[in-house]
Amino acid sequence: MKALSQKRRHPFAFVALLLLGLLLTGGLYAAATTVNQAQASNVPDGYSADQVDEGERLFVANCATCHGMNAEGTDAGPSLVGVGAASVEFQVGTGRMPMQMQGPQAQQKPPQFNDEQTTQLAAYVASLGAGPAVPDDEWLDVDQGDPARGGELFRINCAMCHNAAGAGGALTEGKYAPSLHGVEAVHIYTAMTTGPQNMPVFNDANIPPEDKRDIIAFLKTYEQQGSPGGFSLGYLGPVSEGLLIWTLGLALLIGSMVWLTSRSS
Amino acid sequence: MAEHGNGDTGAVVTTGEGESGGYAIDNPGLPPHRPRLADVDEKYAKRSERQVSVLFFISIIGTVLFFIGYFAVGRMDSFDDYFEGMSALRVQNTLLGVGSALAMLGIGLGVVHWAKTLMPDHEVIEDRKPLRTEAHRQEAEQIVTEVIDETQIKRRPLLRNTLIAAALLAPLPALVLFRDLDRSEDFGVERMRHTLWGEGVRLVRDPVGTPIRASDLTIGSAMHVIPETLREIPGHGARLSEKAKSVVLLMRLHPDDFGDQIPGREDWTHEGIIACSKVCTHVGCPVALYERHTHHLLCPCHQSTFDAAENFKVVFGPAGRPLPQLPISVDEEGFLIATSDFTEPVGPTYWERGHTDPEGDYPKS
Repeated sequence: MKALSQKRRHPFAFVALLLLGLLLTGGLYAAATTVNQAQASNVPDGYSADQVDEGERLFVANCATCHGMNAEGTDAGPSLVGVGAASVEFQVGTGRMPMQMQGPQAQQKPPQFNDEQTTQLAAYVASLGAGPAVPDDEWLDVDQGDPARGGELFRINCAMCHNAAGAGGALTEGKYAPSLHGVEAVHIYTAMTTGPQNMPVFNDANIPPEDKRDIIAFLKTYEQQGSPGGFSLGYLGPVSEGLLIWTLGLALLIGSMVWLTSRSS
Repeated sequence: MAEHGNGDTGAVVTTGEGESGGYAIDNPGLPPHRPRLADVDEKYAKRSERQVSVLFFISIIGTVLFFIGYFAVGRMDSFDDYFEGMSALRVQNTLLGVGSALAMLGIGLGVVHWAKTLMPDHEVIEDRKPLRTEAHRQEAEQIVTEVIDETQIKRRPLLRNTLIAAALLAPLPALVLFRDLDRSEDFGVERMRHTLWGEGVRLVRDPVGTPIRASDLTIGSAMHVIPETLREIPGHGARLSEKAKSVVLLMRLHPDDFGDQIPGREDWTHEGIIACSKVCTHVGCPVALYERHTHHLLCPCHQSTFDAAENFKVVFGPAGRPLPQLPISVDEEGFLIATSDFTEPVGPTYWERGHTDPEGDYPKS
């Protein structure tokens, strides 16, 4: 001890202390991070540990403000534990998340993350708890689906909100069911399994994967075949059709009035 | 009836005030009379006659098309093949619509064309005169005779006959259409009081008909449901009628989401699974727009909104009553079943329905 007390005034004592302090804090930080990584190490099927780590980094930087540092949820956003990779694929893949602003419903916009980053985020969220997974390509292959059967299922389960032609429609207080035209198969599928926003969940026990594929096949067939009447008027049904016939009918009535009151040659 | 056929000058007899210059602008009188082609050339008159009778013939063809559509095409349910029936329905609708339009338009356009081209078009001023009974009667008689002469209906029997034929045929479609309003036969209004649901009837998926386990519904799920006994109903039409009354929406809510419940309905749900009629109590549209976070059901026709968490009470819109709730449970095999029929008639109010208390106590029927 005497040697130590003698050396404490040594010119290098300050440097040695600084080094010791840095080593200690650095070591502790490293240990803490390892513990954190150990927590996130239950890697879900089909994803790598790197993807989970990378996804967590993206999550903390972009999502944690609303969903909380550990995706536990805050007043501004729900917990993401157990929502599954399918939710991320839908919400982030269609650009709905990160949300532009709070409102009745998240709006679709150009996606902020590329496919790789979306997959990494999905891996991280899937690692938080079991939930619906992103479907296999087999269930997205519309060539294997039956559009006629899908149409029947669509009309019973989906058409009341999304319109018989998938053109979308209004709900209450600013909420709406979006148009399904041009939506990617994987996003139609994951919307059914996760029930985004106010949409009900159509899990595999309700609509099995084969039936979901039929519904997607119906929607894609509908997109391709066009309107049999030649003039879809936005597929809105009586509203736009009524407006058109009202305009045409009024023009016809005015024309008849002109004809009735004109002199014959 | 004072005629002013002196159209060349355009002069009009005016009363004293006009002559004394009481108006800022002098009365310009009537424009010069211009004879029509049919007035000066019988060839053009003949052409107009043909055009009018063609229009009346078009009306006759329209009426015939209507009857072809109504009787000859055949009802949709007389076809075994669904798609043949659907295309027949399309042809039928087209014929009914085009037929009645032609039947009415043919007469209307024909009569107007007749009046414009053939009937006299000279300008007329009719003075107001004191009424004298006998003289007035004779004058009226003279007017009628003049009108008949002017229409040339006696000279041109083709016009008269085609008009009579068209006018006689045109109202027939209305008679055929509205005979369904005759309710002297028993309409069977009691059919509206009961549905296929009853104790132990399984809830099955629409349209596939597979039974449902409670575990098939996760929280936030919605499922469209029909009674298992529906498939036993013979005949497509009868089955559709029964289905229209008994369609049910099944939802699973988080147990914490439930609000105030009507007393006596505690055992109508199963582990947060709740079922209701999809037929709106306003005018019977299908209510199936389910928002899972607000647990509101929206009717697309008039925006009536019902709250699934509080026995489907009306929270917005014109509906007068909550959606009827279907009491459900599970059978020994674990499949969802109804424990009784709906306790009130589903759908909109009708005359024979009886009163209901808004608190949810329904009359015994």
